[in-house]
Amino acid sequence: MITIENLRKSYGKLQVLKDINVSFEAGKVISVIGPNGSGKTTMSKCILGMALPDSGDIKINGESILKKHAYRSQIGYMPQIGKYPENMKIRQVIEMIRDIRKDVTTVDEELIGLYRLQEMYDKRMGSLSGGTKQKVSAALAFMFDPKILILDEPTAGLDPISAEILKCKILKEKKRGKLILITSHIMSEIEEVADEVMCLVDGNVKFHDTITDIKAQANEARLSKAIAKIMNGED
Amino acid sequence: MGKIIKYVFYDIIRNKIVLAYTLFLLLLSIGLFNLGGSPDKAVLSLLNLVLLTVPLISIVFATTHFYNSYEFIELLVAQPITRKKIFMSEYLGVAGSLSGAFIVGVGAPVLLFGASLTGIYLLLTGVFITFIFVALAFLASVITRDKAKGIGIALLLWFYFALIYDGIVLFILYAFADYPLENATLAMTALNPVDLGRIIVLLNLDVSALMGYTGALYKSILGSLWGISLAFGLLLLWILVPILSSRSIFSKRDL
Repeated sequence: MITIENLRKSYGKLQVLKDINVSFEAGKVISVIGPNGSGKTTMSKCILGMALPDSGDIKINGESILKKHAYRSQIGYMPQIGKYPENMKIRQVIEMIRDIRKDVTTVDEELIGLYRLQEMYDKRMGSLSGGTKQKVSAALAFMFDPKILILDEPTAGLDPISAEILKCKILKEKKRGKLILITSHIMSEIEEVADEVMCLVDGNVKFHDTITDIKAQANEARLSKAIAKIMNGED
Repeated sequence: MGKIIKYVFYDIIRNKIVLAYTLFLLLLSIGLFNLGGSPDKAVLSLLNLVLLTVPLISIVFATTHFYNSYEFIELLVAQPITRKKIFMSEYLGVAGSLSGAFIVGVGAPVLLFGASLTGIYLLLTGVFITFIFVALAFLASVITRDKAKGIGIALLLWFYFALIYDGIVLFILYAFADYPLENATLAMTALNPVDLGRIIVLLNLDVSALMGYTGALYKSILGSLWGISLAFGLLLLWILVPILSSRSIFSKRDL
């Protein structure tokens, strides 16, 4: 569904992505891991068109997305830290995004219900806690039934119950044939939801395998140990 | 695009700074008109204050607003809309609401106490100056990602146009006083939107009689409808050049 070919991106002298070649299939949850500053967020930003690649190509369903914008109607994005205009109410933010995506007929309000956002509809975004903002971001990402979901550390600011709700939602959407990219540092969580793990180190793909393969390769029962073994073993 | 402008607008209208700005202009204008003297005199004092404060507040407010909306812009960039649309909506939202504050704050008293052609020119000039300095602010904001640097550049631009430029012009006039400088002065005026705005309004007041030869030349050129259109055309150019160049920088930049 998404194919990335020879993607390179640098910020000034710093090369963040060095020749990335990967492809992601629909109906899978792929977890992107890697040390801080390894290029995880930059990669998702390139897919979203927020960062513009120096060279290489990104294709969705065989079509290049560079310098286009309409393809984004197929993507739901949940940023690491969602900041919104302070004076806007939750209601207005949701209405605005809906206004922009008027062509979408099926609106998925499941997360709004589960997170009880209606009760807070008239609160200003500026007065919300970090976790509540995350809930709004999550609700917005899933709202328009996108074929691709990009979630950047989705559970980082959420309480355990809300994180659980989100994980259930991720699995549910996976069953409906969606491609879900998650960047995360929490191994137990990755093990719960992901099918494949892609590891970026210093802008290169270190490995990209299914979780069962990774465990078999390292001969470990737990994903966190298996990954630690692979990372240390090759050094 | 209208949809996004609506929300940018909504966000700014509720901002207390814009409200304070409106009240400040309103008090200033009403005060000056009630100070006695003719309405023309009040318009003249108002002109000088407006040309100093409107650029400053427009440029500082727009720069800080742009940096504060960064995450909001990111949210929109992930939606299926072009960056150009997002950028222009932000611009029109900010410039529109500041102009609105200006029209309420200065326009209402002018129409109430001294409605004249000069008053209308003052209003038009104020709106143009607002749009120009918001455009310059956006240019400063897209040049650098650092908020402090951006505001620094914005303030420097204001200093240049409001104070330094006049100093340079005076210096040139003084240094080359022996030469005929009428046309050169005219050209130099076009290079500063604040001066341009000042002259548009001044020429419609009686004080223009005190401006000597250069004033006479200004009057002969800018006094006609053609000249006024030219002056406003130049002001329009002052809006378009910075906003279009910053738009193209913004479209080609990483967020």
